[in-house]
Order: sequence, then structure tokens, then C-alpha cells
Amino acid sequence: MKFPLINQPWFARVMAPLAVGVLIVLVWQGACRYWEVPRYLFPAPSDIAESFAENWPDLLHALWSTLYVTMMAFVAAVVIGTLIAFLFVQSKLIEISLLPYAVLLQVTPIAAVAPLIIILVKNTTTALTLCATVIAIFPIISNTTIGLRTVDPGLASYFRMNKAGRTATLWRLRIPGALPFFLAGLRISSGLALVGAVVAEFVAGTGGTSAGLAYEIMQSSFQLDIPRMFAALLMITTTGVALFGLMVLLERALLGGWHESSMAPER
Amino acid sequence: MLDRTQTGPAPISSLAPQSQAVPVVEILSVDKVFANGMRGLEPIQLVIQPGSFVSLIGPSGCGKSTLLKLIANLIEPTDGRILWWRGGFDKVGTPGRRLAFVFQDPTLMPWSRVETNVRLPLDLAGVNRAEATRRVAAALENVGLTPAARRYPRQLSGGMRMRVSIARALVTEPDLLLMDEPFGALDEFTRNKLDEDLVRLSHERSLTNVFVTHSIYEAVFLSTRIVIMAANPGRIFKEFVVDEPFPRDEAFRASDRFAALCRELSTILSDASLASRPA
Repeated sequence: MKFPLINQPWFARVMAPLAVGVLIVLVWQGACRYWEVPRYLFPAPSDIAESFAENWPDLLHALWSTLYVTMMAFVAAVVIGTLIAFLFVQSKLIEISLLPYAVLLQVTPIAAVAPLIIILVKNTTTALTLCATVIAIFPIISNTTIGLRTVDPGLASYFRMNKAGRTATLWRLRIPGALPFFLAGLRISSGLALVGAVVAEFVAGTGGTSAGLAYEIMQSSFQLDIPRMFAALLMITTTGVALFGLMVLLERALLGGWHESSMAPER
Repeated sequence: MLDRTQTGPAPISSLAPQSQAVPVVEILSVDKVFANGMRGLEPIQLVIQPGSFVSLIGPSGCGKSTLLKLIANLIEPTDGRILWWRGGFDKVGTPGRRLAFVFQDPTLMPWSRVETNVRLPLDLAGVNRAEATRRVAAALENVGLTPAARRYPRQLSGGMRMRVSIARALVTEPDLLLMDEPFGALDEFTRNKLDEDLVRLSHERSLTNVFVTHSIYEAVFLSTRIVIMAANPGRIFKEFVVDEPFPRDEAFRASDRFAALCRELSTILSDASLASRPA
């Protein structure tokens, strides 16, 4: 007997991790039932599903709130980060004057700065977005700067020999050359924007008007509603994975065909 | 048998030179001292006639690439003058429209398809779309890459990439083609094929070529005239005329005459190496 589907590479790539996931859930469920673990200590998958079914309107609302902050921060990080990178490559002086501050921003733990930002900025959503932007911007700056600087010297001299203007050199040489670096920056930054949003929500605490997934987790923790906590946690994870997948698709669309990282291996 | 080695600029008998023709390049006692004080070339005289195929060959450090860059107007001579078609260029660093330069590497844009790569110099020069498309198609046809027009450089072999680079040089319809060891990284078989195509293209288009190479066989196969250079200091050691009519093909490469010419050139090159030892 033959299983032609198994020989398809995509089939294995999808089914193998899926099978592992199903196995983990089954073992988890079985273990919880077998040792009769109380649901307020460690809920079984069925408890989590049940909790999700009960609380989905609240949870979805919380998801939307976190997602909104994440997206706003991500867009802000991409726009501002790219502009800063372009500024950096314009002159070495600008770069050496500003880079230490970009690094400063990067190395300061966001949880330590977040309380200050939340006190200073009145609007909670704006404060949260600001926190998440601060943490998401660095990979964009550093990757795009490196990308814009990494110009094939042979091509650069070819452009010079052909009297290419600044604009033509930028659009036809620097930007396409920087694209793989920029996209790698996007991939890191999208995940960091989510991390930043969740961390900021934690710091903002339950006192504010915030109602994101971190708020849900804290509330559940106070009420010892552990299944609900797991449900919220699962939503954060799923969001992160979805963002990552989106970035990979974007990379494929923009680099497919020409860049090593997006080429199908030759067979 | 006539003495093939001469010291002055040699007439190219096979091409029946129009003695009235304006020389493509005249190098008039040009020397080059680099910024670090190193002497790249001692004063050189060289006249390149239209339609000739001049190869520069010699041991490393003999200044053949420097000489090519001078001819390409990429660097400035320290002393002396270079004339192109009896004229000059206003500015160093930008070869004129009638010159095309092919690098050692294909230097293609990996993010652009073959046709876009070939069209690049036309886009940079502001040639209109319709005219550019026509010329790109013709250039690709010339190097036998029409079927690969929509592919990316990564999907091509080394030889095909070099063909793209040549098509990009031809698309501007230059009169003078300058090449710096363009096929050095290719295998023998691919190199021979490209040499044959280059001979055919240059002949069809009455191109003037200056070609830097390390290969004796390549120099003999391609050239009407070979300039042998020596190092310490960089200078012209001897000149060597290849008096073989065009078109040249595989039969020429297989002939006894070809072998004899290669032997002769090889002897001169050994002498040039001996003369290149540091003083």
C-alpha cells in the first residue's frame, strides 16, 4: 500500500507538528483526569475550552484591545524606525550622535520605564502604545541601517559610472538591497510589539481603563480563575504566532525568487 | 616569416586599417603614480585603432588593470593625456556613452529580472520605454539569452550571468568595449564558448575592444593585437600581432598556427616575467 500524501513535503510540515500538538493535549487531558488535578491549580484542556466558551465576549474584547496597541506600536516603530535609519545613513555624524541614545532605549528594561510613561501620558492606550513602540523600534533601526549600508561595491561603482542620481541610486540600489534586512527586522519587531503591549498592560495594572489580555490574566489570577487565565494566555500566544506567520508571508511575497532566504531548496 | 613582435603601435593588417580613420584611443606618454606614492605605470604610448581587439596581458602588478581603468576614464593619469576619438572627457569617473565596461564579476542586481538588469543603463540614461524595450530584446538576442529574460540572476549559471553582464554593456550600443578579465572565473568550456561569441559580436558590430586577461589561449584567440606588459615598474614590454582573419572559430583554435602563436606568446610572457623582478 502506498501513501502518496505522506511523501508531499508540505504534508509532513503541517501534519507532524499538528500530531505532536494533539498528542500533548491528549496526554495533558488524560493526566489531569487520572490524578484528579483540581481545576484551580492546573486546568485540563477541556476546562480551558469551557472557560473560553463562557467568557469569549470579554476575551475577544481584551484581545482586540491588546491587538490594537500592538498594531499601532508596530506601525509607529516601522515608520519612525525606518525614518531614523534613513537619517543615519545620510551622515555618519548623525549616526554617531544618535546611536548611543537608540542603544540606551534598547537596553533599558521596558518594565522599568513603563510606570513613568504611564504616569506622564494621560491616555492609557497612548501610554501603552508608546511603551510597545520603544521596545519594538530598535530592530527596525539597526537592521534597516545595516541594510542601507550594505551595498554591493561593484554595483555601487556601476551606478556611479552611469551617472546615476541620488534618487535612482536610492530606489534601484539601496532600498532593494536593504529589503531582506528590513524584513528580518520586521519579523523581530512584530513579536516585540506584542511583548511590549502585554508588559505595559501589566505595569499599567488593573487600576487604569485598560482591558487587554494582560488585564484578563491579572483579573483571573486575583479570582483564582485559572482556566480563564490559560485561555487568555493561549490567545496571546496565538496572536504572536499569527503575527510571525504574517511576516513570513510578507517576506516570501517580497523576496520570493531572488533572495537566498526565500528560495525553495533546489531538488 | 615576418617578425610579429614590434615595439611601436602596430598596424592591423587583417583589418585593412583605414589609415585615415580616427583612432579610438590615443594614450600619449601617460603615467600613473598612486596616492601612496607607488608608481603604477611608467609613461606609456598606445594607439588603439577602430575595430581592433587589443588584449592586455602580463604578470600581476604590471598595471594592466590600471591601464584599462585609465582608458575607461575611471581614473586620471598623473601625467600625459588620453584622447578618445581625438577628444576628451570633461570629468573623470564617468565613461562616456560610447564606452562600456564589463567587470570581473557580473555585478547584477539580484532583485531584478535579467531584462531589468540589462535595461538598467538605459533607465539611468533616461531612454524612453519603447526604445529601451527594443534594445534590451536585441541585446538579449545577441548573447542568446532571450529565453532567460524573465529569470532572476540567482537562477542562472556563472556563464549565463556573464552573458547578462555583456548584454548590459551592449545595450548602450557602445563603440568601445572594455573588459577586465571577464571570463576568469568560468570553466574552460564556458570560457571558450563566450570567447567565440565575443569575437562574433565584436566583428558584427565593428566594436573596438580592450581586454585584460591572464590566459594566453584566450588572448591569441580573441585579439588582433596583444600588448604584453611587465611589472616593476608597470610598462609595455612588447606587442604582438595576431594576423588571423575574422570570423575566427573552433577550427582556428584547433590549428597548428594557433598552437604556434600561443608558444610564441608564452615565450614573450616568460621574458616579461623575468623582466618584472623587483629592482
